[in-house]
Amino acid sequence: MIARRSTPDSGTCGSLRISTFCLFLLLGVAAQLSAQEGAVDTTTRSNPQIPPAPVTSLIAEDFNYDDGENIMLTWVPSIDDQPAIGGVTGYQVFQIRNDGVPEKLADLLPGANSFRAQDLQIDSTYRFYVVALADGVSSESIRTAPIRTEREWIDWNLWNLMLITLIIGGAIIVFIETAKRGKKLFVRKIAGLEAVDEAIGRATEMGRPILYIPGIQDMDDVQTLAALTILGRVAEHVATYDIKIRMPVSRSLVMTAARETIKASYQAAGRPDAYSEDMVSYVTDEQFGYVAAVSGIMVREKPATVFLLGAFMAESLILAETGNSVGAIQIAGTARPAQLPFFVAACDFTLIGEELFAASAYLSGEPRALGSLKGQDVGKAIAMVAVVLGMAAVTLYSLTEGGAFKSVADWLHTMFTIASD
Amino acid sequence: MDHLGLWLAGLLTLGIYSFLYRDNPWYKVSEAIFVGVSAGYWVVYEYWQNFVGKFWDQKGDQPWLWIGAALGLMMLMRLIPKIGWISRWPLSFIIGATSGLWLMLYLTTNCIAQVEATIFPLFGADFDASAIAIFSNFVLVAGTICGVVYFFFSKAHTGAFGATARVGIWTIMITFGAMFALTIMNRMSLLIGRTSFIFGEWLGLLR
Repeated sequence: MIARRSTPDSGTCGSLRISTFCLFLLLGVAAQLSAQEGAVDTTTRSNPQIPPAPVTSLIAEDFNYDDGENIMLTWVPSIDDQPAIGGVTGYQVFQIRNDGVPEKLADLLPGANSFRAQDLQIDSTYRFYVVALADGVSSESIRTAPIRTEREWIDWNLWNLMLITLIIGGAIIVFIETAKRGKKLFVRKIAGLEAVDEAIGRATEMGRPILYIPGIQDMDDVQTLAALTILGRVAEHVATYDIKIRMPVSRSLVMTAARETIKASYQAAGRPDAYSEDMVSYVTDEQFGYVAAVSGIMVREKPATVFLLGAFMAESLILAETGNSVGAIQIAGTARPAQLPFFVAACDFTLIGEELFAASAYLSGEPRALGSLKGQDVGKAIAMVAVVLGMAAVTLYSLTEGGAFKSVADWLHTMFTIASD
Repeated sequence: MDHLGLWLAGLLTLGIYSFLYRDNPWYKVSEAIFVGVSAGYWVVYEYWQNFVGKFWDQKGDQPWLWIGAALGLMMLMRLIPKIGWISRWPLSFIIGATSGLWLMLYLTTNCIAQVEATIFPLFGADFDASAIAIFSNFVLVAGTICGVVYFFFSKAHTGAFGATARVGIWTIMITFGAMFALTIMNRMSLLIGRTSFIFGEWLGLLR
């Protein structure tokens, strides 16, 4: 029984062993053959006379959400592109335009598998190919199908910017409409602006002129625009009290806009006849040439009040100190952080940063300006909430590694990151 | 000729500096030369840079430059009082276009980038920040929030809101102090540069 039973078992085990042996033998032979083939390959690829294998799967795609000047190329590197083999020393990317003449775009290092062709012509057709380089030999890939550069009107990578703009813009429109319907919008008092009337009154009492400096930037700077808005209000007072206003400017466009502003203010005050174009004069675009002239005007005309409102640079301290030395009451304001310390140190009142923009709304009381100011406050509220929430979520995540905190942190990070192509 | 230019530069530099004493004829002459020469220089610069460089040389390749040229011509209509009102059109175009451009720039740099930079773990990525770093992080976040509160115009600065705004303005003033010192240092380097010109290049007293 045992013998009868053991025989087939022994046979089964034996055949199993044999089968296993044969299998290992076969695998061993296959591995040996494979190794030999590899060895042959290595020797072949190292041969400088034989070109490396070309790159494969070369694809050219229009770059998404750009201005139509970019195409993205991707490929699978040459199979010889391995550091151990050293068969590929780099790649060259070529473009072919309608004239059929290849033009080299870039030299890339080994291992490269993508390239962004930039500065192409909008709505033009291109073909591309990639050359794999070895020592003295090279091989070209197949050429891509013709691809046309396309310009997209909307960059959807910036969807978060669009969303935030829509929220803040929407809030501004709502507040403007609210103000237009006659609802009084609250804006807190700004100390520097409360002093405007006092400063104009002082000039009236002393019989001395007012000097108004709108910064040294052109009309494309929002600070200059804010300065001219405040000028409108100041000029109205000046016209009413019959004070002399002097406004040397460093830009011809600012001169034009300032003259229009003062003229409108004089008309609004009912004194168009008292307006003169000489109130605003162009000096020079050169920064310190302008400073030299304004400093001279200050010491010679000794204005009772000096307004330094707008975009200032290195000249801020010189102007503020000279105005201070002639005993003028000075109201300054700029959104340039580096210049604000000088105004704070040398002037009587300073409008800090956004106060300059708020001033124009505060003084004019116009629905559009007030609504804009209130809408910006919504933006500030969103920013504050985002900072507190984001900082709390990131901190809690770093302490607890909680998934919920990570989700909040990631979402806020996405929302407040500007994508760059 | 080189010597003449050198002496002229030296004397005019001292002339401008003489303003530190008081307004005087030497300063007036230097000022007039400075203003006149710089205004003339800018006329020439603008002509070659903008008219010739940006328009005349490229008008063939970029026909839309003619629109800019037309706007520039409209601006010159101010010289003819009867049709001076035409100049308001290019002016309004400039203000409108640049306002739109500045809107996005301000929103990204002054708002979104600032918020993104302020979202960070207070105690470090793996609770590994030093005590000083943790203190700095708290100061940065609190200072930012209080600073923004100060610039919030829709609410009166009273009560807790007012106290927060006061902390904000103190933070801003401390920052201004540091910036003041930094800028003064930069200005000192400018002074050193000019003094070096006077005593070195001009008078030859520095070796």
